[in-house]
Amino acid sequence: MNLAVKDIRHNLGRFALTTLGVGMLLMVVMGMGGIYRGIVEDATLLIDRVGADLWIVQRSTRGPFAELSRVNPNLVYRARSVPGVQDTREFVYHTIQREREGKPLRIAVLGLSWPTDKGEWLPLVSGRVLAQNHFEMIADQTLGLALHERIRLGKETYTVVGLTTGMISSGGDGIAFFTVSDAQAIQFDTSGEAVRLERESRRSRGERSGLGAKQPTLLDQAARPSQEIAAIGRPQISAVMVTAAPGANVDDIARTISGWGDVSVFTADGQRELLLKGSVEKIRRQIGLFRSLLTIIAAIIMALILYTLTLDKIHSIALLKLIGAPNTVILGLILQQALVLGVLGFGIAYAIGQRLFPMFPRRVILTHSDLLQLGAIVLGISIASSILGIWKALRVSPNEALS
Amino acid sequence: MNDHFAITTDNITKIYGSGNTEVVAMRDVSLNVRRGEVVALLGPSGSGKSTVLTAIGLINPPTSGRVIINGTLVLDGPVARTNLRSFRRQHIGFVFQKSNLIPFLTALENVQIALELNDLSPSRARTRALELLDQLGVADRAGNLPSMLSGGQQQRVAVARALANQPSIILADEPTAALDSHRGRQVMELFAQVARDHGAGVIVVTHDHRALDVFDTLYEMEDGVVTKSSSHAA
Repeated sequence: MNLAVKDIRHNLGRFALTTLGVGMLLMVVMGMGGIYRGIVEDATLLIDRVGADLWIVQRSTRGPFAELSRVNPNLVYRARSVPGVQDTREFVYHTIQREREGKPLRIAVLGLSWPTDKGEWLPLVSGRVLAQNHFEMIADQTLGLALHERIRLGKETYTVVGLTTGMISSGGDGIAFFTVSDAQAIQFDTSGEAVRLERESRRSRGERSGLGAKQPTLLDQAARPSQEIAAIGRPQISAVMVTAAPGANVDDIARTISGWGDVSVFTADGQRELLLKGSVEKIRRQIGLFRSLLTIIAAIIMALILYTLTLDKIHSIALLKLIGAPNTVILGLILQQALVLGVLGFGIAYAIGQRLFPMFPRRVILTHSDLLQLGAIVLGISIASSILGIWKALRVSPNEALS
Repeated sequence: MNDHFAITTDNITKIYGSGNTEVVAMRDVSLNVRRGEVVALLGPSGSGKSTVLTAIGLINPPTSGRVIINGTLVLDGPVARTNLRSFRRQHIGFVFQKSNLIPFLTALENVQIALELNDLSPSRARTRALELLDQLGVADRAGNLPSMLSGGQQQRVAVARALANQPSIILADEPTAALDSHRGRQVMELFAQVARDHGAGVIVVTHDHRALDVFDTLYEMEDGVVTKSSSHAA
């Protein structure tokens, strides 16, 4: 006769509520693990998806994700000349915040190196890749933009031609993909008044310098657009992505490029390491510690619940001892209830979590390995937390059945 | 050791505390209960009746003296000469003032558990439990939880459980306290019947003087000492 099941059946309502409570608690533990995994996944997603073997960034920086990096666009051509390099692409990446329908809209803007890269590698759920050099964008679904929707950024209006999924920045913002020139136009957009002020400032600086006095025609150039003034040059890009030719040794290419004095070079694994050890490390540790704390709290609460359930049965346990029940029967009663509580709680946590987590603003990723790990922890907690109840039960004297 | 006796206590004494705080709960109690004999233990509250019962029931060992059950020396002073819990399961049946049924088990399961603890298979235990409940007239309430039974029905189920493993002795502590006189007498007669039918030695602690004619032997206690004994039958 299974006494644990009989007792649960007798107190079904209370046990169900207790299990639901434990389940909700375990769901929070599970959710923290999922948030932790989501942060790691989001941080490295772009590096993994974009498929570059090497990242060339501004010298002595850890860019373009962990910190700001600025390199000259002509680096694309310089890197392409290195033996073993199959292809190079410009990388422009920054985050903007605009207002849409009265709510803040944060977009991670990523420039695709048109026409080499039209976004064919993106997991599109609808629409198409970029088909022209300007005014088109591919947006992640989490941005809430509809296909063919037009959105004004800076001085231009862009049409959403494709929707993608799972493309999230390390900050948790959805990524929108433009051509590099459009991404730069969005990044370096300045108002008309700011342009006029800058031109006036140029003229003023020219007049104060000796050069302006010697070559007065230079002052006429000050009023022209920036991109038409050779000395000012094109806006810089964040990094250059390098794809090695099949069979080429990536380390050899990296060694060659790292010899250049103006840039630093990282492999894809190096970038991933920079992100995990750098920008997301603190939040990763914080969530990891918080998760550990929650696990301990769950263990304490489960121990108290099982202890209380045991206290409620003290008279029955004393009676069982009186009629000669061996300790294994009493141990089984408490341990089985602990395991039922743990297993059902885990099941409830998973079932509710599956429905609730997708509604969270940031991704909550439940991996099989994490679920198995948590399952093992719950099993351990169930056994450990029943020890207090078992200890109490084994100390009960059969005499107590007579009182 | 006399094998005719289901229970023999040989000068059992129970002392709580020591020095100035020493309390003697029973002193030099010697009882002999034959198989099939029904014995009443009488006396006022605090006279030591329950102490005697718990010592014989192997729940609360005496400070000194010997307890012999069914010819086996079980307790020599506080020292156990055998596995007490196992011995209790096989040889002793208990019935109490409050019926003391397990609240989350049905009447049938309350009897069945005692049999299963004694290694009977669940199906055989169920059959035997139903037989016992039938003998005691509560088979129709087999599926009910204790909370759904009357006091008398609960006591019958408790008696069925006490009889389940055909024990050598049955110990009952105020089994009729919660019952009216009619039902109280019925329960006492039930003890007498099962003692004779099953050949068990029965000791009943009681305050109830209305059904003393049911008992073979009466022991009276006061201040932890047996002061008087009388027999209705040999």
